[in-house]
Amino acid sequence: MLDIIDGGVSTTVQDLGRFGQYHIGMPPSGAMDSYAHKLANYLVGNAEDAATLEMTYQGVDVRFTTDTVVALTGASMPATLDDEPVPMYESFSVTAGQTLETEFATEGVRTYLAVSGGIDVDPVMGSRSTYTLVGIGGHEGRPLEAGDELRIGSDSDRPPVGVQVPDRYVRDYGTRETVRVLVGLCEYRLTDESREALCEAEWKVTPEADRVGYRLEGPELDFVKREQPFGAGNDPSNVVDLGYPIGSIQMPKKPIVLLQDAVTGGGYATVGTVISVDRSILAQRRTHQAVYFEPVTVDEAAAARDEVHDDLHGAYESIGH
Amino acid sequence: MTESRIRRVDLPEPQYGFGGDDHVFVELDRQMSFDANFQAMAVTQQIRERDLDGVIEVCPANASYLVRFDPDVIPPATMIETLREIAESTDIEEYQWEARIIDFPVLYQDPWTHETQMQFRDRHQDPDSTDLEYCAKINGYDTVEALIDAHAGEPHMVTMIGFVPGLAWCHQMVPRAAQLEAPKYEQPRTDTPARAMGFGGAFTTPYPVQGAGGYQLFGRTPLEVLDIEQALPDFAESMVLPNPGDIFDFRQIDRDEYDQIRDEIEAGVYEYTIETVEFSPEAFFASPYEYNRSLTEALD
Repeated sequence: MLDIIDGGVSTTVQDLGRFGQYHIGMPPSGAMDSYAHKLANYLVGNAEDAATLEMTYQGVDVRFTTDTVVALTGASMPATLDDEPVPMYESFSVTAGQTLETEFATEGVRTYLAVSGGIDVDPVMGSRSTYTLVGIGGHEGRPLEAGDELRIGSDSDRPPVGVQVPDRYVRDYGTRETVRVLVGLCEYRLTDESREALCEAEWKVTPEADRVGYRLEGPELDFVKREQPFGAGNDPSNVVDLGYPIGSIQMPKKPIVLLQDAVTGGGYATVGTVISVDRSILAQRRTHQAVYFEPVTVDEAAAARDEVHDDLHGAYESIGH
Repeated sequence: MTESRIRRVDLPEPQYGFGGDDHVFVELDRQMSFDANFQAMAVTQQIRERDLDGVIEVCPANASYLVRFDPDVIPPATMIETLREIAESTDIEEYQWEARIIDFPVLYQDPWTHETQMQFRDRHQDPDSTDLEYCAKINGYDTVEALIDAHAGEPHMVTMIGFVPGLAWCHQMVPRAAQLEAPKYEQPRTDTPARAMGFGGAFTTPYPVQGAGGYQLFGRTPLEVLDIEQALPDFAESMVLPNPGDIFDFRQIDRDEYDQIRDEIEAGVYEYTIETVEFSPEAFFASPYEYNRSLTEALD
């Protein structure tokens, strides 16, 4: 059992997501940085889709009531076990009665705490991920609070402790400012100049950046003049309501990149989509940090995906499986 | 009534585009029509029936559809080729589906959405009117009652579900000249009561939960469209009521009936009035008013 002493800023139970329900408006949810989430699970001997705690900016203080093995990955977040510093990207054992405390993240936004056996909340529609907007999944459909008790699962190998993720597989969340995008969808709504500006401008992460989406601040983009199509709204950014891909950049004047708890559809023009493997990168950009969009082709996106698969495989192998 | 049939729309060539490396977006038209919507529903139903390995989500929308796939299982180029092939072998002329027709009581001009409107008058195109007064005016109706009669007079089809779980876009089943249209608020509201009946573009949406919103407010329904506890009998299989292709028959009710239905909903005993009918696009296009009457009679 995990006894939550302090839930932190916003800590939720997440796995890799809930699929097959997008057409009824149910987004996938799941870890915002699936790369870090998977590494955490590898370190404690879990399947990569076991549920972890996703901690935002400042994480939990938690008391363990059983002996187990845990690991921290993702955003750099200093942590102590009974006041002794613990490493990140390395499995360590805890004994019943010990308390893990976390401080503010110094680089990146989201840190993952994996526990051997996984966080054992009841799955909803095949996933343990929390979707707070309607309050389902995870622990009572909401962020963790002091007094919450979480079960630990038993479905894992007995992992060794002191195993590390080699440095070459650990991402540096402080420096990477560029996310790759496939321009498209309703990009025809933008003028030629604005389409170029989208991929040249410096965008800044605003305080309205959460699991639903990242609202960015930057130059004002212009829409092509048109006769309003029947059923679209009268604002120049309006289209007849359509589905929004995860990672898509919708344009109610200023861009919003939709992420794991996305609104699944609506009537704003979408002008491109952050490629699948770079959504994790964007999700670790902090408020006021810069983001650049780099246009790529679908083949380049596939190559980027292969690289990340190779890294995950390399990390998995070196952890000793 | 200027037209007695639904004029067919010649759809342009469908536009296939990638949403990142893991979605295909198919735009069937840039304007709304039943032709585009039925095409989206027919093709997505065929995609579902193929049950292709690697297809993760299949989402019909108003005049487009979206497919999420795993590019490690289906390469992106193959995914588009497969979708093209399915679309080419789908003929909506021969297409029919089982549609549920659902009795959908609405308390128009209710006190709760009225209070919300008054609170956000500074964000509205016409701060001196109510939303219904404004929509009556811009749609050429002399009175609010005449607009309500038009809105409740013919059924509405669920042409898309999304934004949040259970939010349905409903498009009235009448020729375009008889369709209502309205802009969204100039600035979105920060609050809307749950179960508010909103209208924007050419769509009515019952709001599943309390939250922000920009649609014109027409009234409030006592019905739930989202029941995450699945306490009501009609939610036993899904926490969401609407399905694409469902037909909502909006019916004007008074406050007594509203309160009575709310009591039954809150007690978990209310049973929705739902009938399943065979829906034929061809018959609907040819004679919508008569066809709608034959559909709504199933509820009597």
